[in-house]
Amino acid sequence: MKIVVNGAVHETAAAELSGVLGELGLGDAVVSTAVNGEFVAASVRARTPLTDGDRVEVLAPMQGG
Amino acid sequence: MVQLYQATLRSRLLLGTARYPSPAVLAAAVQAARAEVVTVSLRRESGGERSGQAFWSLVRALGVRVLPNTAGCHSVKEALTTAHMAREVFGTTWIKLEVIGEDDTLQPDVFGLTEAARLLCAEGFEVFPYTTEDLVVAERLLAAGCRVLMPWGAPIGSGRGLNNLFGLTALRAHFPEVPLIIDAGLGVPSHAARALELGFDAVLVNTAVAQARDPVQMAAAFALAVEAGAAARLAGPIEPRDMAAPSTPLIGTAFRG
Repeated sequence: MKIVVNGAVHETAAAELSGVLGELGLGDAVVSTAVNGEFVAASVRARTPLTDGDRVEVLAPMQGG
Repeated sequence: MVQLYQATLRSRLLLGTARYPSPAVLAAAVQAARAEVVTVSLRRESGGERSGQAFWSLVRALGVRVLPNTAGCHSVKEALTTAHMAREVFGTTWIKLEVIGEDDTLQPDVFGLTEAARLLCAEGFEVFPYTTEDLVVAERLLAAGCRVLMPWGAPIGSGRGLNNLFGLTALRAHFPEVPLIIDAGLGVPSHAARALELGFDAVLVNTAVAQARDPVQMAAAFALAVEAGAAARLAGPIEPRDMAAPSTPLIGTAFRG
């Protein structure tokens, strides 16, 4: 299944959002997620299914003004 | 002391964390500024670099309160989603709400801002809206539930200081009880001192410190300026006048009469 993660196409074998984070090497990271523009809390990533073409955002703390 | 929602702060200087030459310089600048609040943001994370993880470790080690922003958001929807993501990652209900309406000046979209503020306040966020000096917009933001306002001094990163002195003075006079933080556009410590002299409660500075030749020294300079401005405000500055008024008493002047 092809999804878009942070603007780049990503081929995933994961059925849920939590699996994608594992594939990216961010399973243990302090990040926040959104799917198709909607916030997905960490507590529900494991039961958030993905479908072909979904747009996933994975954001982390960054410098800001 | 300045009261921002439930927090009572000694420092009236809030510091941004972007554009420093290195993480070590950022950490030293926060200490030199004696800042108790730093602003942070959210950006895309990659598994290879994990740069966000290192940054977050650094900020946590500073032991300061964080104020996440929604920088880069151009719509209510983007700002709401970013606010929710920030609340989870940073573990705070504080959000510096930015909804940008124009890219050359980074002027806030005040219509989107008030709508986003209303929705976020209703959800329990403690919103710090990045706004203009417009009195009507300020009124709407307060009606939306904001208890702090962050009017711009000048466009972000411009270093121009307090661009609209009349408008900012009017804003201060209209809302004497509302904590007002000058956010954006300050260039040098005298701008910050001026803001505090005018009665603003605090300033938020980023580029002016981070891009100075010596950011740590500049952070210390801003801290002194903010202290001086606040002390001057308490001391009650004299009113400017057009004509001279001799400071030396005239009575007993020699060679007269």
